Amino acid sequence: MTKFAYFPHTEEDIQVMLERIGVKSMDDLYCDVPAEFFHTEEYDLPDAMSEQQVREYFDSLVAKNPKLKVFVGAGAYDHYTPSVIPYLTSRSEFITAYTPYQCEISQGTLRYIFEYQSMICALTGMDVSNASMYDGPTAAAEAMRMCLACTRKKSTVLLSKSLLPTVSGVVETYAKFYGTKLQYIDTVDGMTSLESLKSLLESGEVAGAIVPSISRYGVIEDLSGFADALHAAGAILVEYCDPSALAVLKTPSEWGADVAVGDGQSLGIPLCYGGPYVGFMAVKKEHMRKMPGRIVGETKDGQGRRAFVLTLQAREQHIRREKATSNICSNESLMALWVTIYLSVMGPQGMKEVNEQSYAGAHYLYDELLKTGKFEKVFDAPFLKEFVLRPLVDVKALQTKLYEAGFFAALETEEGYVSFCVTEKRTKAEIDALVAAVKEA
Amino acid sequence: MRYYDRLIFELSKKGRTGYSLQAPQVKAECTIPSGLLRAEAPALPEVSEVDVVRHYTNLSQMNFGVDTGFYPLGSCTMKYNPKINEEMANLAGFQGIHPLQDASTVKGVKEVYDVLDSYLATITGMKHFTFKPCAGAHGELTGLMIMRSYHMSRGDMARTKVIVPDSAHGTNPASASVCGLEIVVVKSNANGLVDVEDLKPLLGPDIAGIMMTNPNTCGLFEKDIKEIADLVHECGGLLYYDGANMNPLLGAVRPGEMGFDIMHLNLHKTFSTPHGGGGPGSGPVGVCEKLVPFLGQNVSGFNGNFGVIVRALAYVLMLGKQNLRLAGRLATLNANYIKESLRDAYKLPIGSVCKHEFVFDGLIDDGSATGKPGATTLDVAKRLLDFGYHAPTIYFPLLFHQALMIEPTETESKETLDAFIDVMHTIAAEAAQDPEILHAAPHCAPITRPDETTAARNPILKYQDEA
Repeated sequence: MTKFAYFPHTEEDIQVMLERIGVKSMDDLYCDVPAEFFHTEEYDLPDAMSEQQVREYFDSLVAKNPKLKVFVGAGAYDHYTPSVIPYLTSRSEFITAYTPYQCEISQGTLRYIFEYQSMICALTGMDVSNASMYDGPTAAAEAMRMCLACTRKKSTVLLSKSLLPTVSGVVETYAKFYGTKLQYIDTVDGMTSLESLKSLLESGEVAGAIVPSISRYGVIEDLSGFADALHAAGAILVEYCDPSALAVLKTPSEWGADVAVGDGQSLGIPLCYGGPYVGFMAVKKEHMRKMPGRIVGETKDGQGRRAFVLTLQAREQHIRREKATSNICSNESLMALWVTIYLSVMGPQGMKEVNEQSYAGAHYLYDELLKTGKFEKVFDAPFLKEFVLRPLVDVKALQTKLYEAGFFAALETEEGYVSFCVTEKRTKAEIDALVAAVKEA
Repeated sequence: MRYYDRLIFELSKKGRTGYSLQAPQVKAECTIPSGLLRAEAPALPEVSEVDVVRHYTNLSQMNFGVDTGFYPLGSCTMKYNPKINEEMANLAGFQGIHPLQDASTVKGVKEVYDVLDSYLATITGMKHFTFKPCAGAHGELTGLMIMRSYHMSRGDMARTKVIVPDSAHGTNPASASVCGLEIVVVKSNANGLVDVEDLKPLLGPDIAGIMMTNPNTCGLFEKDIKEIADLVHECGGLLYYDGANMNPLLGAVRPGEMGFDIMHLNLHKTFSTPHGGGGPGSGPVGVCEKLVPFLGQNVSGFNGNFGVIVRALAYVLMLGKQNLRLAGRLATLNANYIKESLRDAYKLPIGSVCKHEFVFDGLIDDGSATGKPGATTLDVAKRLLDFGYHAPTIYFPLLFHQALMIEPTETESKETLDAFIDVMHTIAAEAAQDPEILHAAPHCAPITRPDETTAARNPILKYQDEA
């Protein structure tokens, strides 16, 4: 028998245990498996590595990826992560815990989820948040199904053409199989068109619309009149938001939205090639019982002390099976803790500064890029940290030059624009270096 | 564990900060119209860094985890989470990579996916995997999308029903529903296995496939799997394997060879990545060769939970072929050892050899002979908390009224199992003599049993609701 750090059994242990069970070998425990399916020999896999070999292997993989300064957002934002977050979220009691079904020994998890829900409500202005979703796009897909659940006998959900393609793509997948009809709201000047929305509502079949707070072109959307138009047609408004920006921008609640969804990644979660991130969903109280996912609530224990539990579980798959509001079970709990700690250390003042610095850096880069003469304006509309320009040069060649200079920037959109993003993490020196590299390209 | 009663909001003091940002690099006058800005700053706490560190450290100390004690938890493999995995996933060189970077700049990342894909294929007998699903249920949904896409591609539009055993995990029927499929339930027989005679009349041209987990949720190997697979395939359906119970088959049995066409794995169960208090997980979906063209379902924003995928690869590399062969066997050994050691005190409805887990149907002597109400499975579970164990999964599967489901995993020692067995005997003896002790449990946890009815009737779901 091979000695292995994760298996505590000695040869003697195994013999004693087999005797207690009354079989001769571990393979005898598979007597119920048809012989044709049972493998007695090792699989064709590599030999076990030592920990040092594993470390060297991953170091070699890391070395194959050039280290780039990120000037792109498009749904994943390079904000600064304070040290306390990875430190605290790595605590064994958090990271190795199971789902908090045994509330008496899971008060740590349940309390941070309650805090998370409170903070998501503070950012969005909504009444009730769930305990998290997989990511922003899947939260939007669940919101699509919620539109149908909240409005009876309607078939259609509207998506703004200004949603990020990563978001509308996932919603389209879910819609295709769930049998939901999707229609698209046009854009005008880089924003969702209210006129287009109104004309689509005339069918009487619309259950709801999903509209972003910031368009895929970086433009801050003006959603005046959207909620009224939808509500008058018996439909609901879902707003897809960047939660970091919500610290300064008008909230979904202020726009009259019924559901707010988005990706919590912008709240200090590292880019990490796309995950793990955390989707969020918050709703008005009247839609609470249609909401997917876990929810934590406050109550008292037998001695009258404040205690927290998973509540409203009659919505969930382990109780309702096929009649549940969703199939979601595991969500992104630890990333909800990540976001909660981020918002705790940043506070209202830190969130304001993050947005001010991102705004200033993005507008500085915007002006400097236009001065190079290699781009021209596309939209003359307010933006926060992300914007698009029309390139006057070959985009592929430009991108290659920027990669070589150590930058990930000028992401090409479907329309042929190039997209840039600046967060508070980028220094003026880095922005100037990017502009210099653009000039040389 | 000790009770700690603060919320981060209650530590807040106006003007306090816990962050350190670089000084503004460039100045710019904000030109965003006020109509697009929020009226008031969000009600976030204002706390110092040390406040935050102490608060969350205190919260963590009200939590049970794999690193603090044993989880005899059926239906969700809670094995040890190796620490090298954490370190590899947190490498700065991985953390800073944007998901939309050009392939030429992420060759090392691509290799993580490719290598894990090939190893998982070897372990499961599938051809290829997609890593986009972020959890097990997400994998189920993705797998069913693949199933439907296959039928649709053949113009076979009538296959709108999926068969799910009555013992299935709740996510199975829920995922089928989200995928737009109608659910047909197949019954279990007296031995806890899918009843083949009950299955036969359900099969027809409207069946897209069947979802099964093998071993099933009773921890029993579905011996008739070959016949089931043949029947389903003959009717034109596909077989979906719910990988939640893959652990005992590691290095021993390949789902692909049993006739399964599509499967998901829970990397946060079988492949040792931490459960995180309920995620992040990862639910890669594997398919047989003919379904590879349908693997690319767009079900999440980017590339799945890369950080979790790195951890799983580190685990497989550490295991290697030698230890992979042992993993499933030792998990099965541990489960059977507990089962045989406790059947004198707990009702064992199905006595045959189990795989990674098994189900008791409550106590043999629940103490009701004393004239007091007998101790239930819930009471046994809560009493275990007093002895420093997590509770087993209870009242699932639904086949038994007092179901108590135990899965030890291969990373627990004989000493750990023996101590647990002793405690389970102690609890059984307590129940027989005075079930009241169990009704009132837990006695030693940070809180006693909470009032869940009030929580649901008058929901307080955020800090601001309290006032």
